[in-house]
Amino acid sequence: MASPPHALSSAQVSAALGRAARWNIPEILFWLVAVGAYFALPTRHLILNEIAILGLFAVSLDLILGYAGIVSLGHAAFFGLGAYTAGLLAKHGFGDPLLGLAAAAAMAAALGLVTSFLVLRGADLTKLMVTLGVALVLGEVANQMSWLTGGADGLQGVNMKPVLGLFEFDIFGSVAYAYSLAVTFVLVVVARRIVSSPFGLSLRSIRDNPLRARAIGIPVNRRLVAVYTLSAAYAGIAGALLAQTTQFVSLEVLAFHRSADVLLVLTIGGVGYLYGGLIGAVVFKVLQDFLSAITPQYWQFWIGVILVVMVLAGRERMTEKARDLVRRVTGRGRPTSGAAPAAGGH
Amino acid sequence: MLTILFDGIAYGMLLFVLACGLAVTLGLMNFVNLAHGAFAMAGGYVMAVMVNRLGVPFLLTLPFAFAVPALIGLVLERTLYQRLYTRNHLDQVLFSIGLVFMAVASVDYVMGSQEQLVQLPSWLKGRTEVLGIQVGIYRSFIIAVCSVLVIVLQLILTRTRFGSRLRAAVDDPRVARGLGINVSLIFATTFAFGSGLAGLGGALGAEILGLDPTFPLKFMIYFLIVVTVGGTTSITGPFVASLLLGVADVAGKYYVPSAGAFVIYTLMIVILVLRPQGLFARPR
Repeated sequence: MASPPHALSSAQVSAALGRAARWNIPEILFWLVAVGAYFALPTRHLILNEIAILGLFAVSLDLILGYAGIVSLGHAAFFGLGAYTAGLLAKHGFGDPLLGLAAAAAMAAALGLVTSFLVLRGADLTKLMVTLGVALVLGEVANQMSWLTGGADGLQGVNMKPVLGLFEFDIFGSVAYAYSLAVTFVLVVVARRIVSSPFGLSLRSIRDNPLRARAIGIPVNRRLVAVYTLSAAYAGIAGALLAQTTQFVSLEVLAFHRSADVLLVLTIGGVGYLYGGLIGAVVFKVLQDFLSAITPQYWQFWIGVILVVMVLAGRERMTEKARDLVRRVTGRGRPTSGAAPAAGGH
Repeated sequence: MLTILFDGIAYGMLLFVLACGLAVTLGLMNFVNLAHGAFAMAGGYVMAVMVNRLGVPFLLTLPFAFAVPALIGLVLERTLYQRLYTRNHLDQVLFSIGLVFMAVASVDYVMGSQEQLVQLPSWLKGRTEVLGIQVGIYRSFIIAVCSVLVIVLQLILTRTRFGSRLRAAVDDPRVARGLGINVSLIFATTFAFGSGLAGLGGALGAEILGLDPTFPLKFMIYFLIVVTVGGTTSITGPFVASLLLGVADVAGKYYVPSAGAFVIYTLMIVILVLRPQGLFARPR
C-alpha cells in the first residue's frame, strides 16, 4: 500500500521536532533578564526568589494543564509535601539543599503516581473534586500530625547547610535567588526538552482529543500517569525551594488559595508553552506587591477583578495577541510549537 | 445517639437548601460555579444586618435573605454568567474564583472580618424533649422549613410547566429553543432562584455554620461534595447526599474529633473514584 502523499518520513518528523525545540531569541532574552535582575535589583532578592519559586510551581501545573489538559484545583498538595519533606530533612540534620530537593521530588512524585490513577477517571468536575480532595486531606493530615509538622505553628528549626558546600544562605536572599533561579532554569530546560519530544507531542494529542489519540495507538492512561507524576515532582521541588530558602514551613503551603493562585498565575501568563508560568509569576508577584502596598488587606479583591476581566475578555485571545506581538518584533515566522489552543477539556 | 442523628439531619437539610441551586447550575446546566457560596453569604449578611442593626424580627428578614441574593444572582447572570455557559471549564473555574475573591474582600471591607453573631428570637432557642430525644428547637425549625422547601422544589421540577421546560432546556438547549421555549429566560430565572435559595440557606445557617467573610471558601467544598457525590440528574441525589454528608460530618466530629474533616474528604474521593458520575446517577 502506498503511503498517502502528506505522510511525513521519520527524518522529516524529527527535523520538525528539532525545529520546535530550538532556542529562540525571546527565550534567551528572558533568562538574561532573570540573571540581570540579580545584579540590577540587589535589594529585591527576596521577592525575586519568590517569583522564581512561584514560576517553577506554575510550570509544573502547565505540564498537566497545558500539555495534558488536566484541570487541577489541588496542586498545592505536591508543593506542600515537597516543602515538608525538605523542611523535615533539614530539621533533623540532613541540611544539604540538593539532597532535600531530591527527596522532595521523590516524595511528591510518589504521591503523584498514586493519585494519578484517581484523576484518570471521570469528567473535568470529578478531576477538580478529586485533586481538591487530595490537597484537603493532606492539609488535614499535616494539621493533625502536629508532633511532626508543628501543626498551626509551622515547622521551625529548619537549618540549611550551604549550597554545594560553598554558598551559605544569607538574610538578603541573594544566594536564595541564585539557587532558586538555577534550579528553575535547569528544570525548565528539562521540561522543554520533554514537551518537544514525541512524548510531549503525544500528550498534546491526548489533550486535544483523547478518543482519537487512543485510536492511533497512544497509551493514553500511561502517558497521563507519567506526566502527572512528573508534574508532581516539579511541584515538590518548588515547595522544597520555598522551605529551604525561607527556612520555615507553615500549613499555608497546602492551603486552597495556593492552588488557586498558581492556576491564576498560569492563566495570566498563558497556558501551554512553559514560559506562561514564569511570565505569569512575574506579573502576579509584581501586581501583588503593588496592590498590597496600596490596600494591604484587600488586594485579593483586585486579583478577583483581574481574573473576571481576563476570562470575559477571552484569555486565549489575549495570549495569542501577545504572542503575535513577540513574533512580529522578533521577525520570526509562525513557530510550529506555539499556538497551543485552549487547555481544559470538554 | 439519636440527638446526633437529629442534628445531622438538620445540618444535612441546611446543606441541601444551600447547595440545591448549585445542583441545578452545576449539575444540570454543567456550569462550574465555585462562587455559589458567595450568594449564601450575601443572604446571611442581609439577615445579620437587618436583625442586628435595624432590629427587624428574624422571621421577617428571611424573605429579604432570599430576595436580595436572588436579585444579585439575576443581575450577574444577565451581565456575566450567561456569556460563560459555552466556555470551557477552566474559564468557568477562574471566573467564579475571581468572583469569590471579590466577594470575600468586599464583605471584609464593608462588614469587617469578625464573625457575625445573631440573636435568635427566644422562642427558637433552647432544647426540648420529644419522645425521649433531646432536640434543639432551632434545628427542628430548620428541618421543618427545609422539608417544605424540598417538597415544593420537587413539585415545581416534576409537576409544573416551568419544571418541564427547565428540564427540556437543560437536556438540549437547541431543540428546546426550536420548540419555542425561551431558554435564556429559563436559565436566568433558575439561576436567580438558586441564588435566592442559597441566600435563604445562608441566613438560616448563620447560627449553625457561623458567618464571616471567608464563608464562601470554607463551605465551597461542602457544596461541591453534595453535587458531585449526589450526582446530577435529579434533585433527589443531592438531597440524599446532603443528608449523608450532614450526618457523617456531625457524627464524625462527635465520635472522632481528632480526625476532623478527614473522614469526609476521604469518603468523597473514594466515592468519586468508584462512581465518577455520582452515587445515584447512571453513567451517561
